[in-house]
Amino acid sequence: MNNAQTIIDALCEQALHPALAVAKSCRDAGKDAVGCFPIYTPEELVYAAGFLPVGMWGGSTEIKLADRYLQGFCCSIMRSNIEYGMRGTYNRLRAVLLPTLCDTLKCICENWKVAVSQLPVIPVVYPQNRSLPAGEQYLKDEFSRVRLELEKLAGHPITDEVLEKAFALYEDWRSAMREFCEAASTHPKTINAKVRHLVIKAGWFLDKAVHLEKIRALTAALKELPEEPCAVRVVATGLMAEPVGVLNLMVENGMAIVADDLAQESRQFRTPARPEGDALSRMAWRVMDQRGCPFLYEVEKTRGQMLIDLVRQYKADAVVTMLMKFCDPDEFDYPIYKAELEEAKIPHLYLEVEQQMDSFGQAGTRIQSFAEMIG
Amino acid sequence: MENTLTSKQLLAKLQSEHYAGAMQAKKEGKLVAWATSICPQELLETLDIDVVYPENHAAAIGARKDAPQFIANAEAKGYSTDICSYARVNMGYADIQFSEAENIPMPDLIFCCSNICNTVIKWYENLAKTLHIPLVMFDMPFNHTFDVPEHSIRYMRGQIEYAIQQLVDITGKKFDYDKFSEVMKVSSESALWWRRATDLGRNHPSPLNGFDMFNYMAMIVCARGKESTRDLFKLWHDEMAEKVRLGKGPWKEGEEKYRIMWDGIACWPHLSVTYKTLKKYGINMVTSTYPESWTIVYEQNDLDGMARAYSANYANRNLDYGTGNVIKLVRDFDLDGIVYHSNRSCKLMDFRQYEVQRRIEGATGVPSVVFDGDQTDPRIFSQAQYETRIQALVEMMEENKIKKQRGDL
Repeated sequence: MNNAQTIIDALCEQALHPALAVAKSCRDAGKDAVGCFPIYTPEELVYAAGFLPVGMWGGSTEIKLADRYLQGFCCSIMRSNIEYGMRGTYNRLRAVLLPTLCDTLKCICENWKVAVSQLPVIPVVYPQNRSLPAGEQYLKDEFSRVRLELEKLAGHPITDEVLEKAFALYEDWRSAMREFCEAASTHPKTINAKVRHLVIKAGWFLDKAVHLEKIRALTAALKELPEEPCAVRVVATGLMAEPVGVLNLMVENGMAIVADDLAQESRQFRTPARPEGDALSRMAWRVMDQRGCPFLYEVEKTRGQMLIDLVRQYKADAVVTMLMKFCDPDEFDYPIYKAELEEAKIPHLYLEVEQQMDSFGQAGTRIQSFAEMIG
Repeated sequence: MENTLTSKQLLAKLQSEHYAGAMQAKKEGKLVAWATSICPQELLETLDIDVVYPENHAAAIGARKDAPQFIANAEAKGYSTDICSYARVNMGYADIQFSEAENIPMPDLIFCCSNICNTVIKWYENLAKTLHIPLVMFDMPFNHTFDVPEHSIRYMRGQIEYAIQQLVDITGKKFDYDKFSEVMKVSSESALWWRRATDLGRNHPSPLNGFDMFNYMAMIVCARGKESTRDLFKLWHDEMAEKVRLGKGPWKEGEEKYRIMWDGIACWPHLSVTYKTLKKYGINMVTSTYPESWTIVYEQNDLDGMARAYSANYANRNLDYGTGNVIKLVRDFDLDGIVYHSNRSCKLMDFRQYEVQRRIEGATGVPSVVFDGDQTDPRIFSQAQYETRIQALVEMMEENKIKKQRGDL
């Protein structure tokens, strides 16, 4: 317990203080940092170029400067990122990588060039027709282009050998994260909704080799502990499980997240790489093999079935949608999987969240009454 | 008989035939497709598939004030009020399947091209899932560079080839490359005549009233692979060329005092009031970004060129291109001002609009205003706000005119 708690405390502290965590990670590793916008940013390339990849998932801050570029009905993560960028919060970064996976991200890419001109942006364009051979080739070409950009930034080439090593490290990390989530699902008290989120989130600010080591130790420590009961077990879906205030409410109401379909959490590591091929191909295939993601075209739309399967696999009681307001892709998926969950008679709770949320009264009432209904 | 029709009459006739033709095709058991507005329709035209365009249909429903019932239906299913209202109208229509305004047959397949936004990918994915019909997807990667990159063209070319195979499988027909070649030629000609006609707005006064352009746009969206469309735009062009020769302006009564560009989609449910307010002040919308968006011109039989042309539209390119394009419009059309429609439905346009506005103003000194509205959801627009913004624009344009007369500008 103590060992687990020590690791948990350290990771939570790092997740709650990204600036300090990133500064320490850079110092310890002797690396400069490169920012990675959500989502599916090819971190392995950044890592192989000798930089520390750092997640850029906005934050709760007052929006002033970003109003110059974005209307109020823009995704709050992106408003925060532009705000931080303009304010100079990200100035320690050498550059940012930005995948243009939705209409808002395309605009952020263009605005960033002007609004945060001190920080070069390297856009990454993903193919949506990703199952076609032409899509696969395009993605590999795109990764190769990004690799070249990063080589220019680093001032040296990224050798195949270094890239293979970086990819292997990321595969180890992804596998460890999946194992951690398994162990967490049977220990919903020690790894409550908030802890689970922060432990995973810390990985965005640490060297993956360091995070990997801690996660392995934490998982081992959890396995030593007896399984824990929990009042309400849920599967969370959406972009991210924030603001943390919402998670506090879940914890208070005995609601644990036993599995997730969140962009900031499991979506980054749930799909293992195919065993064969070189690193670049395996990176591309991981994107092609990803299922049930609102940002990647999938005509079968398997997200609903995937959520139903997760509920059954993890003996969950319900699905909680954490819908980041103004996120078009997620908003389009919702009516489809909502109907599928209803058909499968799986209760679900819809929570609309924003990073700049400062009042949790309504969310609190809804979480409490939902927990009472289920529990 | 047809020769005696004016272009306005011909437009009405072709539009009505377009919708009636699709309904008839469905009745006869022929395949009907729904498609996005700037998609490579050449493939569908070649295979004789009747196509209707949900965006155009939603606009018609919006203009005839029938959108609220469809929007309410979609929202009751869980669609957020924040998503594109064309999508909400269409999702609602897919369920209700009848509008007093205009009807379209239900699709047997859908055809989606992401060069206008990623939103259509989600929208069409949902249609395919709920209607259980095949979806032909064209992904056109966003061009954060000025030009369309080569690897992107290779990817799009691969998709065209794949789509042809998909369509052959769906229809059971052979793909006739000779016909395809002819359709490519006609489509480019339609686009050229569309461009030539809308370019006449450069004249003083402009024979073109931009709100008419919104109407004519229906055919460049819905039927640019047809000879009748090419002929319509040629007729429209010739009529306006004649007006130029006679020195006639956009309206029967009233003088064109100010020339503006309208940025963004029309505010369909409030078309009349948005138009009349401008006209009241003698403001003529002489152009927009739409003439350029449908100038899809490429060499016949050049698939790479076709891919490049479709990918290179305003919405799919970077800000340097977008602003350069508008600066050119300001100069070519001798604009006095710009009205930006902050259209709640269209995040891709909105979240670049402030920066576009600053750059255009910086480069040209032309004043502008932004107003809040929506393409089909009537709840966003405020007449009072619109009127105030237009008044402010008139004041700024008037000041500039005085400065110009004094030689200060």
